[in-house]
Amino acid sequence: MTDTTPTNSLFKTSDRTKSRNAAEKRFRVYGIIAIFIGLFMLLVLASTIVLRGTSAFQQTFITLDVELLESKLDKKGNRNIDDIKKVSTFGYNPILVNAVRGSLEKNGIETSLKKKELSGIISKSAPSQLREYVLADVSRIGQTIEFRFLANGWIDGYLKGRYTRESVANSKFASAEQFDLIDELIKVGVVEKKFNLDFILGADASDQRPEASGIGVAVVGSFYMMLVVLLLSLPLGVAASVYLEEFAKKNLFTDLIEITISNLAAVPSIVFGILGLAVFINYVNLPQSTPLVGGLVLTLMTLPTIIISTRASLKSVPPSIRDAALGIGASKMQMVFHHVLPLAAPGIFTGTIIGMAQALGESAPLLLIGMIGYIATNMPANISEGLLAPNSAMPAQIYEWAKRADPAFVERAWGGIIILLIFLLTMNTLAVVLRRKFERRW
Amino acid sequence: MYFVKKLVSIAAVTALSATTLAARDQVHIAGSSTVLPYASIVAEAFGENFDFPTPIVEGGGSGAGRKRMCEGVGLNTIDIANSSSLMKEEQWGTCQETVGTITEVRIGYDGITFSTRLENKGFANLTPAQIYLALSDKSNANTWADVDPSLPAVAIKAFIPGTKHGTREVFEKKVMLSGCKTVGTYKKLMDGGLEKKPAEKECFKVRTDGASVDIDGDYTETLASLDANPEGIGVFGLSFLLNNTDKLYAAKVNGIEPSTETIASGEYPVSRPLQFYVKNAHVSQVPGMKEYIEFFVSDEIAGPDGPLADYGLVSDPELAATQALVAAIN
Repeated sequence: MTDTTPTNSLFKTSDRTKSRNAAEKRFRVYGIIAIFIGLFMLLVLASTIVLRGTSAFQQTFITLDVELLESKLDKKGNRNIDDIKKVSTFGYNPILVNAVRGSLEKNGIETSLKKKELSGIISKSAPSQLREYVLADVSRIGQTIEFRFLANGWIDGYLKGRYTRESVANSKFASAEQFDLIDELIKVGVVEKKFNLDFILGADASDQRPEASGIGVAVVGSFYMMLVVLLLSLPLGVAASVYLEEFAKKNLFTDLIEITISNLAAVPSIVFGILGLAVFINYVNLPQSTPLVGGLVLTLMTLPTIIISTRASLKSVPPSIRDAALGIGASKMQMVFHHVLPLAAPGIFTGTIIGMAQALGESAPLLLIGMIGYIATNMPANISEGLLAPNSAMPAQIYEWAKRADPAFVERAWGGIIILLIFLLTMNTLAVVLRRKFERRW
Repeated sequence: MYFVKKLVSIAAVTALSATTLAARDQVHIAGSSTVLPYASIVAEAFGENFDFPTPIVEGGGSGAGRKRMCEGVGLNTIDIANSSSLMKEEQWGTCQETVGTITEVRIGYDGITFSTRLENKGFANLTPAQIYLALSDKSNANTWADVDPSLPAVAIKAFIPGTKHGTREVFEKKVMLSGCKTVGTYKKLMDGGLEKKPAEKECFKVRTDGASVDIDGDYTETLASLDANPEGIGVFGLSFLLNNTDKLYAAKVNGIEPSTETIASGEYPVSRPLQFYVKNAHVSQVPGMKEYIEFFVSDEIAGPDGPLADYGLVSDPELAATQALVAAIN
């Protein structure tokens, strides 16, 4: 009998097992590190957006008593609307200067600032605000009315910490003296920072008045585009995938179609923009810069996504359901519409919502069909105008703001991103809820 | 049935759109991103003061805008092309063949500045010759001090507008060519047997070793590049500079500081006219187009006290002639 000591005890881990266990541990650590890096990036992104964007929702306002001087607005004194219309917005400037002077006098503030610098603390949108008010009812001429005007973007930048007295030393648009005056006016409550609903509901403004710009009209533009996308891509996508999945024979031709659709889903969105320009605008002659064309282009982009997700959810309905329906004498169409489609519906809707969320955030194809630029329209009055009047879209508006010279627009671009993200988050949450609530598992 | 109904309603919407195509309500403009802010200010004021809808102004660059305008006549093409460079004679000819008469409307002048970040006011003064010696493709200078000992010893890194921008053309003509002539390279090229055009082209060439970077985007991109390369120097339009005086510092050129006054007087050497091109055939088709053009060049808008001058446009001393030209369009 030779004494054999066991080389491999089950109670003692061998070197090989040790190294295998260590490898697994390492792998887990890698995984956790990856997750933390991802979370950290997300945190940085989200906090940057919130930090930079939230200030866009607040704006500086100046409250002034304005005397609507007859001598400036209605020289003939006959209250004829056509004569009063002839006074352009430039004609309202002296009234504003008077209003600022009046307010300073009332509050006992002295200043050495000249006319131009005094009216420079108010937004360039103020004259048009006054003119609209007067034209709405000409009998208001001669009265003294309290108005709340936006402050100029540079003044707003001072209150938000974007500019200091030192940083405007070389500026042509603002001066330290104006900031001194603003400090005085804040003390007496004439100037204050408030929540600005116009940013959420308003239209774009020109480069001279960033403070007056809003994203509301672009939101409506996006809404109409999504309407077109939904109405076109859902029926088309579902019809195509039901046919391919349930009716079509499997042959080389349907395989080819399948490959083509998968490829289309991977095509960069700018390509659809070029296609849209060539086909919808140059060939079909649809009007440029309109949500209708934008929607059509985005439909092309969304369609493959919807077809792929619809086919996947049709596939996940077990064959036994089809067999049972056919077995008790249902026709193929009854089988599809009474049994398969309702069971696949949650998956189809989830796919549609995710496809639309993608389309909502897309800006590249819109560049080519003229939806990026200075497009300051009014809110569309009805559906036909909503589809056919030129408009922008949320991502297009954000891109447009980000490239303008005045840094005040950059703040608004961040604010726009917050609004866009809220929409995207809502849509994606809806998709998750739909899936959780209605999805059947077998 | 449900799908059929939907498809029918979609067809109805499309048919509806086809019928409304015959007319377009608003003026459609595209082109130079330098002119874009001015055009947007005018468009906004136009929308406020007239009963016409606010015109649409797109960017895209001077060349792209002119090309889109010259594509043809029809309401799916743009009416007006903004441009920061003048249309070349051959394009003027071919364009008129396609779209009929076009009119060039000058709105004022703009200066081009060489700016660094505010905190390093390194370049007090530059001359075209220095810029040429630093950025020409024949240059192998590493630092600005290699070019001229009076300049700071920082690495050469310049961000200049890309070739699709009208600003690039002005940069080539007023800076590179002028510098090329001053240092004598141009004369050498001519003596070497080159014709005028190829010799100029040779002078336009910038180095491709990374010391000169083409920026195809807007000035905001140039500004971002300066943030990443604090020692760099960037080419900016005057109105962009005026909006960012807290970040940028413009070098004098030939001892002259860039400002609306020095550009108007013609002292500042790197300036160019800004203009838009009007497709005359559209004037009677698009409501408000004539009014928009007249409004743009009116004294209260484009004059020395108007909002455009406030924003940084150098107003044209010969504005009255432009107004007469515009009044004759029909």
